[in-house]
Amino acid sequence: MIEIKNIYKSFGDKVVLKGVNFTVGKGETFLMIGRSGAGKTVLLKNIIGLLSPDIGSIYIDGVDITQLNKKELEKVRLQFGLVFQHSALFDFLSIGENVGFFLYQYTDLSKMIIKKRVKDTLALVGLEGIEDLYPYELSGGMQKRVAIARAVIYNPKIIIYDEPTTGIDPIAVDKIVSLIDDLHHRLSITSLVVTHDLEVGLKLADRLVFLLGGKIIFEGDKKDLKESDDKRLKQFLEGSSGGPIKEMEV
Amino acid sequence: MKTINKLGSFFRYLIKVAAFIKDIFWWLFTKKRSIKPIIREIILIGVNSIFLVSLIAFFIGIIIAFQTARQLQAFDSVIQLATLVALSLVRELGPVIGSLIVAARSGASITAGIGSMKISQQIDALEAFGVEPIDYLVVPKFIALIVCMPILIIYADCLGIIGGCLVGLNKFGIPFGLYFRMTFDALAMKDIVSGIVKSISFGAVIAFVSCYEGFRPFSSIDVSKAVTRSVVRSFIMIIICDCFLTGIFYFWL
Repeated sequence: MIEIKNIYKSFGDKVVLKGVNFTVGKGETFLMIGRSGAGKTVLLKNIIGLLSPDIGSIYIDGVDITQLNKKELEKVRLQFGLVFQHSALFDFLSIGENVGFFLYQYTDLSKMIIKKRVKDTLALVGLEGIEDLYPYELSGGMQKRVAIARAVIYNPKIIIYDEPTTGIDPIAVDKIVSLIDDLHHRLSITSLVVTHDLEVGLKLADRLVFLLGGKIIFEGDKKDLKESDDKRLKQFLEGSSGGPIKEMEV
Repeated sequence: MKTINKLGSFFRYLIKVAAFIKDIFWWLFTKKRSIKPIIREIILIGVNSIFLVSLIAFFIGIIIAFQTARQLQAFDSVIQLATLVALSLVRELGPVIGSLIVAARSGASITAGIGSMKISQQIDALEAFGVEPIDYLVVPKFIALIVCMPILIIYADCLGIIGGCLVGLNKFGIPFGLYFRMTFDALAMKDIVSGIVKSISFGAVIAFVSCYEGFRPFSSIDVSKAVTRSVVRSFIMIIICDCFLTGIFYFWL
């Protein structure tokens, strides 16, 4: 479904991605972990075509999106549902307009039908009667759930969660994790979860990669993770400040 | 050397803004758009500026009247007060001061709004939805500004003239009817057209600069810098643009 081949990306002199390779299968929940600043969000932006790699290819359903023009890329992007790190709800639109944004933009559905779909999708993420509120009136956890509703309303093939639990309290984290897991099973969507919160990631993932300094230093499932003797991975798993990963090595 | 570098960076800036303007016009003429976001921007930019513009225009009218009346008294021609107030407001002060107010109030708010959308990933979210941010965010603001500005400026001119009239009426005893007859006799069609053209041009300048600056921040601290840059650069561009337009209207046409 998603195949990343030898991706390099730099900003000025700073090389952020240094030859990244991995594959995400259909219906799989795939986890990408790494320290803050390891290049996870940059990689994610490359996958959805918001950035283009300097070298390498990204295949979505067999199509190399690095070779597409802007119009073709826009079409590919619509296969993705995205949940951004800071929810990224449009602050000038109401919750109802945010959740229904895709349907208002790209379909000829009547307002009544869209409103019904919005209501149903909000109910799916455990929120009701908030359509007329604005994002600033909601807590961080509620904003995340609205962002998830906005991402799933148009039945995308792939959902990408960028740090889905950043900035919310532990109870809300648990709710979000259960919600992502529940949606994955109910809607059978391929999910790519990007996080530095290992506990959260491991609850959700079938397979995972560990990104460090722009390179993948581990790829495998949870069993492989436990058996790995990579010292850098062990340091990350233990959350220890002493070890081979130095402060500046991000 | 420093001056050459500064000039170089100023011209590079102008080239980038020109590319941005080209994108705005591309989206303006290639897509059918809904009126709702334009109305929302007209309310935010135009309607919400009315109070400030009214207050300042009214007092500017009074100030011009006080300042010029002293000089006119020396030549025993205080009757020309209406002419001077009307000409200075309609030709120059109305469009320039009105635009500076809108640049400081609405331009700053546009830059801050787009800047905070950028750092909170809302711009990324728009792109991920296949929506072009220039088309969705900038074009409605551009249309709203070029529609609002002439209306605001004509309104500001009228209030300034009323302010000047109050001075003429109460301080120098110029009859109300005579004051307004002198005002309308003094104004040629060229003055009114130049005022309108200037206000539309300044509205476009505010849209270009404030939106362009809004897309530049990468962190929250950049937003405050971008707002300052947006206001300062809008002021500079408005004054330069005013200089050219005045030259064109009163020396070439």
